[in-house]
Amino acid sequence: MAKVFIYPATSLILSDLVSRYGHTPLSAAVAVRERIQTAGLESPPLQITPEEPKKGLKWAAVEVPAGIRGRMALYGPMIDTCEAAVIINDADLSFGCMGCARTNELIKFLLRQKDIPKLDLYYPKNEEEGVQFVAAIKRFLDGLGGKK
Amino acid sequence: MTEYNPVLVGTVTKYVVVESFDITPADLGVRAYEIAKGAMIKETCFGLVINGREEEVDRIIGELRKIDPDHIFVKDRGFPPGDPRRCRANRGGARPGYHGMESEMTVIPYVSHGLEAVRTRDITTIPPPKNPLEHRELDIATLKKLIEAQES
Repeated sequence: MAKVFIYPATSLILSDLVSRYGHTPLSAAVAVRERIQTAGLESPPLQITPEEPKKGLKWAAVEVPAGIRGRMALYGPMIDTCEAAVIINDADLSFGCMGCARTNELIKFLLRQKDIPKLDLYYPKNEEEGVQFVAAIKRFLDGLGGKK
Repeated sequence: MTEYNPVLVGTVTKYVVVESFDITPADLGVRAYEIAKGAMIKETCFGLVINGREEEVDRIIGELRKIDPDHIFVKDRGFPPGDPRRCRANRGGARPGYHGMESEMTVIPYVSHGLEAVRTRDITTIPPPKNPLEHRELDIATLKKLIEAQES
């Protein structure tokens, strides 16, 4: 069972397909849950504290805006631990955790730098593309091996 | 600064989204209540939100998937059901993640069709989708369309 980073990290489709074919999706919800379930000082709504931009310094320089570094504190550890990645390139849904274009560019850059199997796709626009989309993801995930 | 004491620590929350002509969130809700042992289940307009121990939530989802495997989609959620920081009852509008889900719902029928097809078709015969990293040259048909659009 491989840890697969999904981009967009909030994607319902990718999260479902990765877990459906026996692997672990690394999504934004998992990182948010860690913070929501950890006691500390109240910092609503996402429990992102001033510590997060400091942790983000591992992936982004100090002159980079705090919003990017804070987001990287969520995604950086997942990018470090992931063993594969599925990336949708034309995802224009950018809300909440995925709502920062510069962070999204940095995430894609870090994934491309990493020597792991990657699958690049577009969202399907018709039924035949839907078949190709699902088949490509299935072939990719089956190829990772270690299914549960 | 106020102290933060989290609730439902050690549990997981998952969305079960239904995109089906045959079943409704209410049908899934009834089935989930039948088989749940101590999990919290909330019915919503798009499906269910289930909270509980990870193994219990996975067991319930495994059973629910059997009802319509190609039209039920599951994803993790960070917040527990009805959390005042996210629930629309307290916010005066949909939570941010709902818009993302709504956007993907336009694509999900194609994915459902794909899931049905890969069951019956030989997966090795299905061609790969377009590669976004490949540099594509402008084909004649597109160029012609561009010229016509300029001329008209």
